[in-house]
Amino acid sequence: MKHLDEYRDADTARRLAGSIAREANTARRYRLMEFCGGHTHAIFRYGLGDLLPANIEMVHGPGCPVCVLPTGRLDMAIRLAQRDGVMLASYGDMLRVPGSQGQSLMKAKADGADIRMVYSTLDALKLAAANPDREVIFFAIGFETTTPPTALAVEAAAKAQLANFSVFCNHVLTPSAIAAILEAPAVRELGAVEIDGFLGPAHVSVVIGSQPYEFFAEEYRKPVAISGFEPIDILQSILMLVRQLNEGRAEVENQYIRAVTRDGNLRAKQAVSRVFELRRDFEWRGLGHIPYSALRLKDEFATFDAERRFDEPYIASEGNKACACPAILRGAKKPTDCRLFGRACTPETPLGSCMVSSEGACAAYYSYGRMRERAQ
Amino acid sequence: MKIVALTGPDTAKVSLGGIVKEVSIALIDDPKVGDYVVLHVGYALAKIDEVEAERTLVLLAAEGADAIAEFSAAAEAVLAPP
Repeated sequence: MKHLDEYRDADTARRLAGSIAREANTARRYRLMEFCGGHTHAIFRYGLGDLLPANIEMVHGPGCPVCVLPTGRLDMAIRLAQRDGVMLASYGDMLRVPGSQGQSLMKAKADGADIRMVYSTLDALKLAAANPDREVIFFAIGFETTTPPTALAVEAAAKAQLANFSVFCNHVLTPSAIAAILEAPAVRELGAVEIDGFLGPAHVSVVIGSQPYEFFAEEYRKPVAISGFEPIDILQSILMLVRQLNEGRAEVENQYIRAVTRDGNLRAKQAVSRVFELRRDFEWRGLGHIPYSALRLKDEFATFDAERRFDEPYIASEGNKACACPAILRGAKKPTDCRLFGRACTPETPLGSCMVSSEGACAAYYSYGRMRERAQ
Repeated sequence: MKIVALTGPDTAKVSLGGIVKEVSIALIDDPKVGDYVVLHVGYALAKIDEVEAERTLVLLAAEGADAIAEFSAAAEAVLAPP
């Protein structure tokens, strides 16, 4: 398959790994955070850690939408779904995430709540059109990649006067999370980790472009390499970061230049700015409250905002106290540092969000078998 | 993901190794059959830039080539009969 096989070539991977090993300075450490959970999974799936010298450490970041959603917001979705006449449409990876008191969307569904798994916001719109007697609520989660599709769905619903459609909006912003990791006092108190450079997300950067990272490179002197999702992409980006650090540079470099421009996708950004505005405050699992880190619907779309339509309160919840997911999301702990990992908590019986999601770090450690022995 | 058919003003069929799916193309400019796109939750987010993809592959092909040539030369020198 074109644009895929080239970036999975074993010979190219060996040559890149050779360059990384030759050029990495043995007198220092390289702590590189891959922000995005998609990268975490690719690193484990392809065993890239085995190709890196011991002084290059990949630190896993919070770029997993399911993982960073606080339990209190999931509880709200469950309560919304349990209301009479409501049909909740959700992306599949939310369904098994544990809420408070042993609840989950999956369990609520088994108990009779009408919860539908959708692949796309288009499916949610179709459900609303086909079920005019039901209140169809789309459980919108995710970073800048899933936000434009939600924006288009809201506009389409407004245009079609689809009165029974609304959005429970939990969209969050990547730059806010990176800033929180680098500087937020709350995160420092919770225990932060020293990062030397960032592997920038692939699809998020397709939308927002490379420009938003320039601030982090300049202000915090942290190099950034925006990386595609394939193993060759990731190795090439790691090499770019090693070279920047060796030369004392802190720049934004774009390895995924076949899909990412400096300005990103203007059409997508415009759709988002037409429909959404910044929230003053949003709570993140693991990172705490971060000001202006999330989006809500603008007033002109208030009737499509499930939070305003249903008056469902937010009740903060700590979730499972033994779960190390919050510290893992900050990069302060590894999944194998959690005493639940691989014992009580597995992808079949997840106790925390990081073990559920196809982008979660715990699921990456467990699913590819590389860390299972550590859990025994 | 390759666009194999335009099915409406904002929709297209894309193929990934023979698996065909209908997706939204509302977020990209000037989609055409034969374009490769980045797909996320049922929406094409960008077209793959063929020129930049080719430049990336050229860079990748060159990576480590010097070191391999150097090693081969050194190996030959060591193994060559006196």
